[in-house]
Amino acid sequence: MTNILIQAVLLGGYYALIACGLAFMFQVMRVINLAHGSLAVVSAYAVWSLSDSFGGSPFVSLLAVVPLMGVAGWLLQRLVLERAVRGGELLPVLSTFGLAIVLDNLLFQQFGANTRSLSPMVGDLSWEAFELPGNIYVGKLPVYILITVIVIIGALDLLLKRTALGRQIRATAADPDTAGLVGVDARRTAGIAAALACMTVAVSGAALGLRGTFDAYAGAPQLLFAFEATIIGGARSLWGVLAGAIVLAVAQSFGAQIHPQGFLLGGHLVFLVVLFVRLALKGRSLNLMHILRATGKGAAQ
Amino acid sequence: MTIHRWTWQSQLTFALAAGVIAILGLVPSFASDGVIERLTVLFIYVILAAMWNALAGYGGLVSIGNQLFFGLGAYATIRLADAGINPFAAMSLGAGIVAGLSWLLSLFMLHLRAGEFAIGMWVLASIAHLCVNLDPLIQGETGTSLIALNAYAIDARRVLIFWAALIGMVGLLALLFAVLRTPSGLAMQAIRDNEEAADSVGVNPMRTKRLFFVLAGFGTAVAGALWLAQVSAFQPKTYFSVQWTAYMIFMVLVGGLGRFEGAILGALIFFAAETWFADTGVWYLIGLGAAALLFSLLLPKGLWGWIATRTGVSLMPLGYRVHVDTQSETGR
Repeated sequence: MTNILIQAVLLGGYYALIACGLAFMFQVMRVINLAHGSLAVVSAYAVWSLSDSFGGSPFVSLLAVVPLMGVAGWLLQRLVLERAVRGGELLPVLSTFGLAIVLDNLLFQQFGANTRSLSPMVGDLSWEAFELPGNIYVGKLPVYILITVIVIIGALDLLLKRTALGRQIRATAADPDTAGLVGVDARRTAGIAAALACMTVAVSGAALGLRGTFDAYAGAPQLLFAFEATIIGGARSLWGVLAGAIVLAVAQSFGAQIHPQGFLLGGHLVFLVVLFVRLALKGRSLNLMHILRATGKGAAQ
Repeated sequence: MTIHRWTWQSQLTFALAAGVIAILGLVPSFASDGVIERLTVLFIYVILAAMWNALAGYGGLVSIGNQLFFGLGAYATIRLADAGINPFAAMSLGAGIVAGLSWLLSLFMLHLRAGEFAIGMWVLASIAHLCVNLDPLIQGETGTSLIALNAYAIDARRVLIFWAALIGMVGLLALLFAVLRTPSGLAMQAIRDNEEAADSVGVNPMRTKRLFFVLAGFGTAVAGALWLAQVSAFQPKTYFSVQWTAYMIFMVLVGGLGRFEGAILGALIFFAAETWFADTGVWYLIGLGAAALLFSLLLPKGLWGWIATRTGVSLMPLGYRVHVDTQSETGR
């Protein structure tokens, strides 16, 4: 039981990693990027290809892929999102969905139907584990992924709250026109935000490849996981997204205990329940962090 | 100055449409088996495009999960036919059940906005897929087939399915047309243009959105049931695939989002593209995706929107046109 819970929290770390870029972009630009999962798979293939042709560690390749994805994010904002957003809130959905289809099938054309994995490239790390008291083993890799996502979310949070760039991003998110009036270059800010989001996507792509296998069409499930984690978490703060990701992973893990096919179903159902509850509490804001804090206080007393 | 709905083009269109439908009805008496089957597929595509367009183009509800209705329409047909109901009755009854279900879903899905609604529908489709897989009758991804259709001889079956598809397409298009001409349809088009403004002049967005959501659920389920009858095999993976929504998006975006004629035009273009390019496999899909991307960025009103704004042609009398004495016409 404890074991399942611990493993689920670690899996939640991965979901948070894939979700934080989606949520960041949604917060800043009010756009849900449907190509998000596909971009993560593109990054996974990029890391795999670099390591495969130059023989380096995937971690070294990732260092090259992160800035590349940053540029890709900036281009995505400039060439696609900026134009689409001007046409209303529906066009970004359509254009990023079209982009996802293009990316998925280009990957399939290039790499074929075989699955790939980064885990053979990292040697022992793929199976090494920490031993916890009570004969519980936790893989080192999932722990590192969880630490990574905490660092990334912490860094994005600090950036948004403490830096001039963060203030500009928040101002652009709240009201781009007024932000422009007080001297914020909204285009530049949105470009940087998209670049940052895609840099986290690069990391999550590497995590996807390290945790297991991926193929050209692996993007869609990643998008759904990221979306569910974001919605469960309340989409308001990135820490909420982390909490939402952990809830999603716990639900999936318990679903898998109940029925062999229950893994995905468990996650989907908790997503629906949160949706229902939020509608029932309509008017009042349902932010998972508030509930967690409230129950945490209750437990402490 | 006069205000009227019908133009000579729309009157001509209705006469032509009636003629085309009459000829299509007679096709089985002279056409080859292959032509009958391909036309059935075309009718299904027109239904899919028109229903997705009803939701997105008129309702402003972009769904990435319309495969939910498509798959459930086929699944309900399988289930009802297994219970001993005539397969053709099962098809319409099944679509009715899906319409009821979509009414239930609308109670909470319509509170989501834009991208949230889009992926939320995708999640629902995924849930439906997983649940259908749990049904022992379906045998997981192995699937099953609509055995009840074997009661009909192969030739008679082909023609019956053709007529069913033709009736389904004409009926659903007529239904959509009728709905668009009611006050609710007008309200829907007002919401599409500006929800806050529509709300402020007394339009109830939730009620009208629900009407279109249920209509789209029903129509897409009819298409799923027809597809099942056509190919007879039911594998959950193929029916609940997001590819169906990708096809719908392609058809509507290329044809013309929010245009009645656009969805039909888009379905014809998609049908032609599939006939010519489907052999190219992956490149065909890349082309579809790229077309959706480019049309949404460069020509968001699609080909028909482009034609209509250029020429002022309106084949369907859906709006009101003000005719000023100087012969200058203004669209709605």
